[in-house]
Amino acid sequence: MNTMQHMRRGAVASIPMIIGGIPFGLLFGSLASSYGLSPWFAVAMSAFVFAGSAQFVALGLIALHAPIWVIVSTTFIVNLRHLLYAADLVKFVKHLPMPMRVIMGFGLTDETYAAVRPMYEVGSADENNGHKAYLGSFLSFYIMWNVTTVLGVLSGELIPGMSDWGLEFAMVATFIGIITPYLKHKAFWLCLLSAGVSSIVLSGLPNNLGLLVSAVIGVAMGFVSDSSNKTISKSETSMQEVSK
Amino acid sequence: MNLWQSVLIIIGMFAVTFGVRFALFARADKVVMPAFIEKALKFVPVAVLTAIITPMTLMPNQHMDLSLSNPWLLGAFAAFVVGIWRQHQLLTILVGVLVFFVAKYGFSL
Repeated sequence: MNTMQHMRRGAVASIPMIIGGIPFGLLFGSLASSYGLSPWFAVAMSAFVFAGSAQFVALGLIALHAPIWVIVSTTFIVNLRHLLYAADLVKFVKHLPMPMRVIMGFGLTDETYAAVRPMYEVGSADENNGHKAYLGSFLSFYIMWNVTTVLGVLSGELIPGMSDWGLEFAMVATFIGIITPYLKHKAFWLCLLSAGVSSIVLSGLPNNLGLLVSAVIGVAMGFVSDSSNKTISKSETSMQEVSK
Repeated sequence: MNLWQSVLIIIGMFAVTFGVRFALFARADKVVMPAFIEKALKFVPVAVLTAIITPMTLMPNQHMDLSLSNPWLLGAFAAFVVGIWRQHQLLTILVGVLVFFVAKYGFSL
């Protein structure tokens, strides 16, 4: 397969989430113009920041006349979960040249991580082609996000009530399709349950903090369950050896 | 908000967003992740994706809704069952989306 074909694979894996993202891009653009912000401000934010939920949070803070340092530090907290993705992907990008890593870092979103990470898991992406699939996913999201932002700014509410249609359910279904193949071991079930319960319990926390804390709890619970399993099987083996 | 403030906000938001995403990639050829970190990181996809979608599914209107009139819950449940049962991503998405839209629009027609 050539580069284009790998990029297309990444883009195709992203299609459901791209459809789910369209109403959000339109909403972001129209919300920004309804707050009386310059059209260029919304367009530049989507082009340079490229972080869906953080952009919405920033709009809300700007509407409240929050100081710039509050907007920037809130953005930092909202996006902190991407550090987990980056840590997980380090092993797949370490051989790549710096410019490629810069582009991949810029494009590291929930959606592209969700689209491309499972490809490495099942072996349909490796160190020779994984970054190409990643670029295809990133570019298709980047184009969608910026085009819909411009359309939203230009048109106000392009199609009234489109954000109530429920298109973002496509993202939920995609994430479930990504999660379920992992659920073959107890540790992953425990990870799922603890992250899910925590995210409900902590849903009142501001700025995605509930999401961040729940993710860390899920990772920790999975890890602990995994390690204690290993310890048990090790001690079982050593007991068997003793009984021999 | 004047032009200068707008530019500062975008530069600041870009800096922290890109910083978080790129910091580890920048040193990716030099950092060696300790084995226990790598073991923990394999739980990142399930943990983060679950933490994103659980509130969307169980609290679509910011409060708990476990009723059968919650299309998010029905669609997610269908997708989850199909996902566990068939391990086929496209089928999981299609069934989930179908159930969601039937639940959301079908019953009200």
